[in-house]
Parts: sequence; C-alpha cells; structure tokens
Amino acid sequence: MIDELISQWMKKTGPDSDVVISSRIRLARNLENIKFTNQASEDELKEVINNVNNLLLNDNKFGLNLLELSNLSQNKKNMLVERHLISPDLSERNINNAVALSSEETISLMINEEDHLRLQVLLPGLQLQEAWDLADKIDDYLEQGINIAFDEKYGYLTACPTNVGTGLRSSIMVHLPALTMVNRVKNFIAAISQLGLAVRGLYGEGTETVGNLYQISNQVTLGRSEDEIIENLIEVTHQIITQERNAREILLKEKEMFLKDQIYRAYGTLKYAYKISVEEAMKLISNVRLGIDLGIIEDVESTILNQLMVIIRPATLQVLKGEEMTIEDRHIYRAQLIRERLQ
Amino acid sequence: MLCQNCQEHDAKVHVSKIINGEKEDIYLCEECAHISEGLDFGLDFSFNNLLTGLLNNQFHPHHKINLSNHKIKCEFCGLSYDIFSKSGRLGCNECYNSFTDKIDKVLRRIHGNNRHTGKVPKRAGERVMVKRRVKELRKLMDEAVATEEFERAAELRDEIKELKDEIGE
Repeated sequence: MIDELISQWMKKTGPDSDVVISSRIRLARNLENIKFTNQASEDELKEVINNVNNLLLNDNKFGLNLLELSNLSQNKKNMLVERHLISPDLSERNINNAVALSSEETISLMINEEDHLRLQVLLPGLQLQEAWDLADKIDDYLEQGINIAFDEKYGYLTACPTNVGTGLRSSIMVHLPALTMVNRVKNFIAAISQLGLAVRGLYGEGTETVGNLYQISNQVTLGRSEDEIIENLIEVTHQIITQERNAREILLKEKEMFLKDQIYRAYGTLKYAYKISVEEAMKLISNVRLGIDLGIIEDVESTILNQLMVIIRPATLQVLKGEEMTIEDRHIYRAQLIRERLQ
Repeated sequence: MLCQNCQEHDAKVHVSKIINGEKEDIYLCEECAHISEGLDFGLDFSFNNLLTGLLNNQFHPHHKINLSNHKIKCEFCGLSYDIFSKSGRLGCNECYNSFTDKIDKVLRRIHGNNRHTGKVPKRAGERVMVKRRVKELRKLMDEAVATEEFERAAELRDEIKELKDEIGE
C-alpha cells in the first residue's frame, strides 16, 4: 500500500508497453443535492466522505481503503501525486478530502476534489478497454449506495462544464524517444489536437513533458458515448505505437552508432553518477528504456525504469529517506538509489 | 518550499501577480524566476481563461446588453452567474437548471453538442423516468383542478404521492 515505495501495478508490464506506459480512466461524479466542493460547507464535505465511508462499511467489494488526507504529511501527499493516485489540486486542499485506494493502487477514488468523486483506474500498458470495464463496474457499485447527480439531457453533472456528460477522461501515457529524436513530436501534437485529443505533460494540464513522456486524452465528454471516446483514443494510440516503432527501426538502421552511443552514455551515467537532478535522470532513463525496448541493453528490466521514474521524484525520495533533504542531498541520494538498482 | 515551476530547486523568489483583480503569490527558484522574467505580459491562454471568456461574453459584440443576465442566482446554492462566469465552476447540480440557456450555448461551443448520449446510471436513470412521469401527472392535475374535476385531481395527487414515495422524495 501507500507505505511501499511504488504501486504494485508498476511492477507489471502490459500490452504494447514498449511504447505505452499506462492507461487511465477517470470518471467525475457528484452527489445529488449537495453543493459542489467549491460551494459546499465543511459539514456538506463531511457528508460526502461519510456517504462513501458508509458504502465501504456496508459492502467493500473492491477492497478500497479510505485515507483522510489531513492525516498525512505534505510529503506523503506529494508522494501520492507523484504516483498519479491523487491530483496536485487534491493534495493542496486542506480539509475534508480523502482518497480510497485498492491494494494494488490500480483503483483510486478521490473524494472532494473539484467534483465530489473522481474515480480513477490505472493499468500498465495499453489496457484502456479493460480499465473502462473495471471503472464502469465500480461506478455501478458506487451508484447503488449513493445518489449521483444525473440529468437526462446533460448526463453526469460536474462542477466544470468541460467534464459534463460522461464525466470521462480516458488517457494514455506514452514514451516517444524516437519520434522526439527525429523531431516529429510537434507535428503529431498538431494532428492529434484536430482529432479532439489533448496532449499534456507527465502530471496533467500545465505540466511540462519530461523524459519524452506524453499524456494523451479525450477533450470532449458530452455527446459521445463512453465506447466511442475510448475507441477513438485506442485507434489513435495504435497509430502512435506504429509511428514510434517505425522511427525506432529507422534510427537503428540508419543511425545505429549514434543511437548506441546515446543509449550507453545514458546507461553509464546512471550506473556511475554520484549526483543527479530529476530532469537529467528522467532524460537518461528515457534513453536506457529505449535501449531495452530495442534489445540493445539486455541486463535491465524495463519495469525497473518505470519504478525509478517514480522513486527519484522529490517527495518519494524524502519519504523513503525518512527526512527532509536539501536539494544537494537529494541529488546525491537519487544517484545512489539509481546506482543500487542498476547494479 | 520547492519552486512551483520545476518542483526541484528550493524557491528563493517570491512573485506577486494581480490577475483579474485577485492577488496570486508564486514562489520560484532563481533559475525559473530568471526564465520567466520579462516574458510575462499578463497573457494567460490557459484553458480555464478561455472558458471564462466564453462564459462572460466579454468579447461579444453585444457585451453590454448581456450584463443584465449576470445577476441571475441559483436558488439552491446561491451562486450568481457573474461568479460562475469568472471561475468557470458551477456550484451544484441545480445550477444547470438555473443557468440553462447560457450553459446550453457554452456546452455546444466546448463539446459541439448539448445532449448526453452515454451511460445512464441504473438507479438514477429510473428516478429520471419517475420524475418525468411526476411532471406529466402534475400538469394533468393542474388541468383537472382548472376544469373543476376534483375527483380526477385527487386521484392524480395520490398517484404522484405514490411515485414520489417510490423514489424517496
């Protein structure tokens, strides 16, 4: 659970995981006739948590464990953000918010974020359909015990009109080192936006892309069915996978020495460095991952890199060390962790 | 405290911005502060800003005519349209009824559509159907009262009560 270094699901791979790191389904839901979180009183926010708590006490069929965020240190909250289990927004709200997590941390139910409930299912590799099937079942289970705000015309009612309707945000996180190397990412972002999809950085809206990782998600939530939204993203993802694999093949054929040099330099630095920043580490991990996916590096498992991407982030690092660290100390400790795991 | 931009270095620079009359404090490391220095012309193309721009019609040719609508308030949560148009966030499920005309327009702009075609929750779906039936019966009851068919009106009243009990209202 939360006390472990990483989510259990990160130790597994999924279909097409040479390009697709993870698939995520998020459903926004609100309780009927309780003001949304931006207008609600403390008592109303408590009522939302109690509703979920009662449901879990009655029948906890998905094995969710409720954590009140006010009981956690800021570092622990940031660690949950780094693992994509809660949003930065939820970690900054100070009272009456909670998250319910499944043991593998594939399911996360945020309580009192922008909407009363934000259900998230996160699976490794390209498993959007599977993530949706599970989210759909959990949604049915929640709705059995909780009155959800739903309107015949507008569908599921959300605080922001951009989420109304299905309340569904489906997204995939992809690793595109080869397309980045051949300068094709800008074109592909432009093309994708025309298909009603948004491209974002690692931690959602307004965050930068690091380590050649991109999040792609649907923008429209109203007027299309959940299946249409998900199918559209799956089809586009298949195209992205093909393009990235092609770019990798071409680089390997035309620029083998350049590629090997990049990959082994990155590997060498990670293996032997004594001080390293997050940005540099993410760049190098991306190159080593590419080396593994191309079969150039054979003595490292790609899941180790998935895990490293989370472990080396500032909050997780400090929780692991059990103390607040200066930036210099973090650089040193980060390098040490990476060295240990790559030996 | 960590720099809010890179989340890596310690924040050493404190920047205060006034955006739409609201003060926002930003804490940055020296590097990020240096990069953003001189590049901030108050232009904010964040999605939320575009959304609120659509909501308060500030760029609409008849902007002034629309101002009277901004006084509408939601009866359930008290949120005024004016506040909603600035924040882009509604206050409760009833707001969708209170601001329905304006929301309809905005939804068509955002989603190219204003009607849900996806999942209907089982229990709430049933309630939606029952509520719709109650609405119809009320109309019939009012008509019966207007035409002085009191027996018929009483029957309808009982039927409405039964339906409302069914959904716990």
